[in-house]
Amino acid sequence: MKKSNMKSINKQTKSMLITYAMVIAVFIIVEIMISTGMMSSLMQGLLVPLCIYSIVAIGLNLCVGYLGELSLGHAGFMCVGAFSSAVFSKCMMTSGMNETLRFILALLIGTVVAAVFGWLIGIPVLRLRGDYLAIVTLAFGEIIKNVINVMYLGRDSKGFHFSIKDSASLNMQADGKMIIDGAKGIVGTPNQSTFVVGIIIILISLFVSFNLVNSRTGRAIMAIRDNRIAAESVGINITKYKLMAFTISAAIAGAGGVLYAHNLSTLTALPANFGYNMSIMILVFVVLGGMGSFRGSIIAAVVLTMLPEVLRGLADYRMLIYAIVLIIMMLFNWAPKAIEWREKHSLKRMFGKKEKAEEVQ
Amino acid sequence: MRKFISVMLVAAMAVTALTGCGSNSSSSSKKDADKYYIGGIGPTTGATAIYGTAVKNGAQIAVDEINAAGGINGKQIEYRFEDDQNDAEKAVNAYNTLKDWGMQMLVGTTTTAPCIAVAGKTASDNVFQITPSASSPDVLSSGNGNVFQVCFTDPNQGVASAQYIAENKLPTKIGIIYDSSDVYSSGIEEKFEAEAKTQGLNIVSKAAFTADSKTDFGTQLQKAKDAGADLLFLPIYYQEASIILKQADTMGYKPKFFGVDGMDGILTVENFDTKLAEDVMLLTPFAADAKNKSVQNFVKTYKEKYKDTPNQFAADSYDAVYALKAAIEESKATTDMSASDMCDALKGAMTKIKMQGLTGGEDGLTWNESGEVTKSPKAVIIKNGAYKAM
Repeated sequence: MKKSNMKSINKQTKSMLITYAMVIAVFIIVEIMISTGMMSSLMQGLLVPLCIYSIVAIGLNLCVGYLGELSLGHAGFMCVGAFSSAVFSKCMMTSGMNETLRFILALLIGTVVAAVFGWLIGIPVLRLRGDYLAIVTLAFGEIIKNVINVMYLGRDSKGFHFSIKDSASLNMQADGKMIIDGAKGIVGTPNQSTFVVGIIIILISLFVSFNLVNSRTGRAIMAIRDNRIAAESVGINITKYKLMAFTISAAIAGAGGVLYAHNLSTLTALPANFGYNMSIMILVFVVLGGMGSFRGSIIAAVVLTMLPEVLRGLADYRMLIYAIVLIIMMLFNWAPKAIEWREKHSLKRMFGKKEKAEEVQ
Repeated sequence: MRKFISVMLVAAMAVTALTGCGSNSSSSSKKDADKYYIGGIGPTTGATAIYGTAVKNGAQIAVDEINAAGGINGKQIEYRFEDDQNDAEKAVNAYNTLKDWGMQMLVGTTTTAPCIAVAGKTASDNVFQITPSASSPDVLSSGNGNVFQVCFTDPNQGVASAQYIAENKLPTKIGIIYDSSDVYSSGIEEKFEAEAKTQGLNIVSKAAFTADSKTDFGTQLQKAKDAGADLLFLPIYYQEASIILKQADTMGYKPKFFGVDGMDGILTVENFDTKLAEDVMLLTPFAADAKNKSVQNFVKTYKEKYKDTPNQFAADSYDAVYALKAAIEESKATTDMSASDMCDALKGAMTKIKMQGLTGGEDGLTWNESGEVTKSPKAVIIKNGAYKAM
């Protein structure tokens, strides 16, 4: 009994250490490749987006894999994090603040604002049963995107001006500068997202997620996922734990959004980048990577973000191939026949047999 | 089992990463030092594909012509075009792909938001960029002097439209339908409204839609109709405009329609009855039926090669390539220059050149230091399914 318990803990720790090691190994390999000039500009340009999608996938995995609630609005949390931090960075650009300090503060602000939104949405919705969270988060993502598209925020010598009509109604002084310009979004955010920062945030999100999942709180969250009534009957405060997991999940997505905002010099809330398509894209990363596996989420996010770019040589066929790859991956991961085949041919089983055979001897 | 999947995925990742590097090394070794490398970016898939395709083809014709005539300073041009799906992130990826290929100058990008993102990158890499059709002034400001435009800026289009309507005594009760989620559309709308006030035009209704709700315009049209608008100003792209024209027709609402350069392409929409577009006016620097000889040649070649009438975007990108040629000749930039040196040389030369081009009109095209082009807008009207100059 004791032995098997020990073994299971070891297994968790092992899986966790493998994940950290994988991220760090990738980081070292990439750094070596950059410094020796072996990496193409395309790959270098892709590094930050890869980090961003990995981070958001980790966040969503916490919600989908451990909390067992479907969220279709994680692009909305990204959007909130992105815009709040970009507004902060833009306002502070002229203040002469230390750039690193400004970026760290922007990160904190983006994360906290996304967390607050996650918390606010969670309060009413997580008390409900069924698929309500999916519906409300889907709506939230769309609402946020549309609200940002009509927001006008400007700043001049007299202070801030805000309007939801148009930029002319701000009545700014001649020295006024637009910060959020409606559909034009925010232009000229400092480009401070780097691969190093991305890796650090991936490691922090992994650290937070693993610690949460492997703690007493995490066990309570998983108990709610597996059997709500049983969890309730042993005295677990369902709403509290659900809210906690969901807020952390939203906060991690917000951190991804901050990186997104500081990666390109333009930030607009379009259906392509913050719409429900993106939310579903992130969900695809999580589902294909394996629900409950953070490592899987990272790998799926990296592979699926890179694929269409690497296949550029195939011109218009690449979108077709991308879709086929998605279907094949899904079949491979979830089709009963494929699972059967995989179990027959899995390396682990082969090794396991050997070990057993040795034991017999 | 899970381990097996991750092993598989890691293997797949490694393979894709290696192919990425592989293609890079092969392309750089393929590079022929004795050619000018021009890259292009635009959407060739997705909702705005018609613009990217037009830019791609227009530039291709110019490149073919120049190469056939002996190249620039006797050197041939290599041209390659990448898709960005009208997405800022994808555009930066496309830009990096072109950089790996050895691009020295960029003709692009086609649409505004991706162009701002790419301009940020060309500014930090110091690469010369000339955009045929990204019309926001933000493109120039984030390009930091490296970006030149061939099209009018959005404010210019809005102002010119209002002036045109006022000067030509078109109806003054104006309704506007625009895309509030689009940079290009809301940029023009804003300036049009400001200028309309000073011109004494009366804007009676203003209705917006967003990228999520662009399949039904019944409410917006009803609003304009109820307000009694005699002229509908549509600073939007042609797909939405075609739906608006159809729906206005079914409603029995017949105002005059006035569009800007995004409307160009409306005659090529599939399943669209071009009779509905009869008498629609639009502001575009290029009309395919112009008497001008160079325009006629261009239209003929384009039709032969791509079985389609070229629109303003094709003409702009054709001009962009010729502007590059003029600037290279002016600055005496050589093929062995790095992209950065090339950029410094061309930046200075751009302000000195003057060219006629397809879209130059009577006064030709000139550029100022900020990258803005000077040219006169032309209004065309659709008659019998073709553009007629007004």
